[in-house]
Amino acid sequence: MSRTRSLIELEHLSADEIAVFLKLARRMQSGQPKPLLRGKRIALLFYEASTRTRVSFEFAAKLLGTHTSVINATASSIEKGESLVDTGKTLQALGADCIVVRHPSSGAPHVLNRNLQVPIINAGDGMHEHPSQGLLDAYTILRHKKSLKGLRITMIGDIQHSRVVRSNVHLLSKFGAQIVLCGPPELLPEHAGALAPGVKVSRHIEEATRKADVVMMLRVQKERLAGLRLDANHYIAHYQLTPERLKLAKSDAIVMHPGPMVRGMEIQSEIADGPQSVIEEQVHNGVYVRMAILSICLGVQ
Amino acid sequence: MRPGTLAIRNGLLIDPAEKLEGKYDVLLKDGRVIEVAPHGKLRGKADESFNARSLIVAPGFIDIHVHLREPGQTHKETIASGTMAAAAGGFTSVCTMPNTSPVNDSAEITRWMLDPARGAHVNVFPVAAATLGSRGEQLTDFAALKRAGAVAFSDDGKPILDDKIMRQTLAAASALNMPVVQHAEDCRMTVGSAMNAGPTAFRLGLRGWPGEAESSIVERDIRLTAETKGRYHVAHLSTAAALRAVRKAKRDRLRVTCEITPHHFTLLDEEVGLYDTNFKMNPPLRSREDREALLAGLADGAVDCVATDHAPHAAHEKNQEFDRAPFGITGLETALGLCISVLHSRHNIPLQRIVELLSTNPARVMNLQGRGTLAVGARADVTIFDPAKKWTYHAAQSYSKSKNSPFDGRQLQGKVMATVVGGVIKFRE
Repeated sequence: MSRTRSLIELEHLSADEIAVFLKLARRMQSGQPKPLLRGKRIALLFYEASTRTRVSFEFAAKLLGTHTSVINATASSIEKGESLVDTGKTLQALGADCIVVRHPSSGAPHVLNRNLQVPIINAGDGMHEHPSQGLLDAYTILRHKKSLKGLRITMIGDIQHSRVVRSNVHLLSKFGAQIVLCGPPELLPEHAGALAPGVKVSRHIEEATRKADVVMMLRVQKERLAGLRLDANHYIAHYQLTPERLKLAKSDAIVMHPGPMVRGMEIQSEIADGPQSVIEEQVHNGVYVRMAILSICLGVQ
Repeated sequence: MRPGTLAIRNGLLIDPAEKLEGKYDVLLKDGRVIEVAPHGKLRGKADESFNARSLIVAPGFIDIHVHLREPGQTHKETIASGTMAAAAGGFTSVCTMPNTSPVNDSAEITRWMLDPARGAHVNVFPVAAATLGSRGEQLTDFAALKRAGAVAFSDDGKPILDDKIMRQTLAAASALNMPVVQHAEDCRMTVGSAMNAGPTAFRLGLRGWPGEAESSIVERDIRLTAETKGRYHVAHLSTAAALRAVRKAKRDRLRVTCEITPHHFTLLDEEVGLYDTNFKMNPPLRSREDREALLAGLADGAVDCVATDHAPHAAHEKNQEFDRAPFGITGLETALGLCISVLHSRHNIPLQRIVELLSTNPARVMNLQGRGTLAVGARADVTIFDPAKKWTYHAAQSYSKSKNSPFDGRQLQGKVMATVVGGVIKFRE
């Protein structure tokens, strides 16, 4: 039994710390699940809609022998009164050993972490980070590529509003990947290039996909556009991943998407369901990666 | 209690309004300065003496931008607690913003704030709302508010956005020779914004607050000031672009002034850390380029005043998600220390200029007759400070009811040693 820890962001983890998560995820996938966390109580506090992340954490927690409880709050229920801090303190007082939180406000897991003693796992906070997705994406890439170092990894679409991008960029940069971010100016500010070393900004999908090892597509997050109007036809014409554009990537390139996908918008169905797509595998791997996260954060490895 | 005579001896007097700097003693009686003379040469007798050896003796500091939260939000601050914090920070007068609850948009509320029953420790000068309820629709009764004691008009906390209303405000205030204080923020550009637009906001996934939201309003207002021949003051100016507009207006001889807060000349947007809500204020902390421009303006005279925008909030209100937490930080007790540490020690701005920014100019901007100077006949408001003394600010020990300061635990140089209001020592270190 080692110390418990929170997992809030990948930005401040070292490559070695990240490697520990990936290594344990491989062990989780290769063996039969063991009830390493038998009797522990995991609270899944979701202030935002989620299917795959919530179920993935829930399955992962149950496979490790824990009791789970899902709390579906909404931003509007906070308006009614109880603060995030008080909700967190309540869960802690009820005996939660760990809180997995998804929240529309960037930084919300830090608020819990500063006010509580139990480990906090960030399941996605606003536009900030989604560390479990970043880890499972790296895990998935490594099942197809020998190493992350030197890979050309392109992320296309709504960069501005994507917590998946921020987690992925921080992680991949630490392992020496070359990262290309591609999207229109309103969804990809120029200063995004300053996020981490080795990040380039491109406005042209052809340039961005050329010779790519990994092409990661992103949904336009309509719920976060805050009044910004986007011309869907223009977006499709310039930023949709089509078979022609994918041909510019390396022949063994893989196509990823954190979901949920909007087929016909950022990606064509024949690519999403095609031989280069690893989209379903990402979801599948998520369970093992989250088992690793829960084990490490609860101090059981 | 009728104050006796108080002599302040052996200090270094700095009174920019009188272009006086040197070894002078000051004698105060009946709420006025009655004599200024070289050390040891006062002719009048004093009941009490204050030895200001190796200290600076300055006309009382005036903070033209504070939120004392009363009426309505007394869990954050009261006029009594806020003015005690002011006294501890060397401020002998404060101008209180109208975004109380209810909004100070009537003579009745203005008079209520000025009632001695509020227990103010320093002089309070209310800034009244420019529009009813600060809703930006209909002007308040400027003449009645002035008679009740208001010194300026503002919808601070919100901008006066509508062109027509702003034009009317400037014209009506100008007829009374009073300034209009603008909170320059085009809210259409700041929906959901929590910090300055830039690499740090992108990294933290926070919506960016563009500098243009400030400069575009300042530019518009300056055009209207020229049109109406009004008096216009920019509150908490934070961007290089807005300062450029103010500089040009001054060259054009318009009656345009501005203030800068200690936090905007000290901190940068990138210092927000891991969503520390004590670094969240409106306008937000800006980029390095902006801060450099502000420091240049503070040094060369383009900036008129330092004002704190003292904005107290209860701990539980700040202990929230960053985008939900209220804007604002306390500032009264750290202002001088930051002026000395940052402006004087680090950027070589002379003490005489700092007194100008904290006293001489604020009195001029707000028409506070007989203040901002220690000339014979002036009000007996004096700030005595030690520009060399190093100390550590602990928010928990603040006189303010609220402790929301980004400077908690920071070592500062420059300490207020005594604050004299109307001839009475209200704070003594």
